[in-house]
Amino acid sequence: MISETLLYLEAVSVSFDGFKALNNLNLAVGSGEMRAIIGPNGAGKTTMMDVITGKTKPDEGRVAFRDLALTSMNEAAIANIGIGRKFQKPTVFERHTVWDNLELAMKADRSVHSSLRWSLDSARRDKIAATLKRINLEAASKRLAGNLSHGQKQWLEIGMLLMQEPELLLVDEPVAGMTDAETEKTAALLRDIAQHSAVVVVEHDMDFIRALGVRVTVLHEGSVLAEGNLDAVQNNQRVIDVYLGR
Amino acid sequence: MITKSLMPLIGKAGAIFLAMLLLVCLAVPSLNLIVPISSPLHLPDYAVTLLGKYMCYALLALSVDLVWGFCGILSLGHGAFFALGGYAMGMYMMRQIGSRGSYGNAELPDFMVFLNWKSLPWYWHGFESFPFALAMVALVPGLLALVFGWFAFRSRVTGVYLSIITQAMTYALLLAFFRNDMGFGGNNGLTDFKDILGYSVQAAGTRAVLFMLSCLALGVCFVLARMIVNSKFGRVVISIRDAESRVRFLGYRVENYKLFIFVASAIMAGVAGALYVPQVGIINPSEFSPANSIEAVIWTAFGGRGTLWGAALGAIVVNAAKSWFTGVLPNAWLYALGALFVGVTLFMPKGLAGAFAGWTSVKRNQPEDVSAMEPAE
Repeated sequence: MISETLLYLEAVSVSFDGFKALNNLNLAVGSGEMRAIIGPNGAGKTTMMDVITGKTKPDEGRVAFRDLALTSMNEAAIANIGIGRKFQKPTVFERHTVWDNLELAMKADRSVHSSLRWSLDSARRDKIAATLKRINLEAASKRLAGNLSHGQKQWLEIGMLLMQEPELLLVDEPVAGMTDAETEKTAALLRDIAQHSAVVVVEHDMDFIRALGVRVTVLHEGSVLAEGNLDAVQNNQRVIDVYLGR
Repeated sequence: MITKSLMPLIGKAGAIFLAMLLLVCLAVPSLNLIVPISSPLHLPDYAVTLLGKYMCYALLALSVDLVWGFCGILSLGHGAFFALGGYAMGMYMMRQIGSRGSYGNAELPDFMVFLNWKSLPWYWHGFESFPFALAMVALVPGLLALVFGWFAFRSRVTGVYLSIITQAMTYALLLAFFRNDMGFGGNNGLTDFKDILGYSVQAAGTRAVLFMLSCLALGVCFVLARMIVNSKFGRVVISIRDAESRVRFLGYRVENYKLFIFVASAIMAGVAGALYVPQVGIINPSEFSPANSIEAVIWTAFGGRGTLWGAALGAIVVNAAKSWFTGVLPNAWLYALGALFVGVTLFMPKGLAGAFAGWTSVKRNQPEDVSAMEPAE
């Protein structure tokens, strides 16, 4: 069903002071696939993202992206090979305008030298303008990101990820704190993005996951509890037990 | 034409700052050299030197603002770069003394003769050449910043910890330079300078030129710093200040960005030190004292962090106040200075620059773009 594996986690374990945040976790995401990750608090969702993006080094196990071993790379290198990340709490550059936020995120040479000599040609301008349109922030282009509403910040951060043109996007709770209308728009935006890159979404909101209509992986105590479509997962007795605390 | 292309780069406040600087740069030497001594408008020689000192401090404050205001690196050791630049210049002027020293030794500076040294240490060679000394003014502080920054930023030392180790760095240098066998004149440092490029350092003309060069250095470094912070590099650096890990996840190697701006800033501080030494006529280890570096940070905060011109203005105002208070309130000047700091912190939290921006925007009833200011803490 899936063409080839893009991201591959094999027997990954991470522990913090004896607490096993990830316990022999196995996960494979195909290229171009969209995957939702759910799980109760402390299931290891965010730790998994940290491991993939190089923030946390696993104690054991293998993490591969295409044929590259991520465990030996730093955050910046991992970002540059095409893995973008959206944080749980929207983190945009508050003292920069919306436009500048997108410009900084735009895929380009990240060296000091090239940043000093950087200029915006019309192709780059068009790209930023197109992204602004896609995330519904055209009118806010000159506003400071810090003055945006919570939902707009979430979109701006998704827009920054689009500018990075990643092959794999990790999105942590994109609709937390959003209104229903905003949630719907976000689902549409993510589906749109999923046409060009693989997306892994961590979310609590079941309606949102239903709206995405994708394969779901349930994490519990640092490993995979169940995997399948949402209905199958929701009817899985072990998942029900975990969520109801039985 | 040039002014037109410069305007977006330096901004309105920056343009006013540069215009004032140019005015001072021309007026001070004129009032000193051209206006006759009998005239009440005449500026005495000591005032030229004093103002020249302020300009050097202003450049030091500007260099602190570049790393602190824009990149969030609170360096409490910038005085070390300033002092190293000063020592490089001092070594050149020591070599210029030649056989005119008290001991009449053409090869060795007086303090070496006094210590019974027979030959010049290897690291003193080359300083008889002015271009070599100039290169060292930039290279020595730059190299120290490079090595220090490389270790600190790679190990992701930030915030208070970084401030503390920069203090330790300048303190370690203070202790090292105090030692006679370091070969930098120990406690007394380097002094009794005679001339620079053949011109007597005591002559009014030389002092006027040194003053003008200090203004020029301040102006050039201001424009350079604006170029740095206005580029995409500058926007990355501001982002590092406000959300460092986010910048990493965008794929930027944060340590390289910090290193570049830290080294650039250290070189500016070194240039300030090199201009300072011929004007005050002495460089000794006390310039490395941690209090000096902290003072430079106070000037920056006082003037307005994250504006560059504000930091320079802060250094000038604080030092002018210091000179004035010591004159009119010889017993209470420290209290007056303290009151000034407290007053500015209470009533102008964004420093002088923030207060000016506030006044002008109230007057014109439109918000000033202060996006680069008010850093998130």
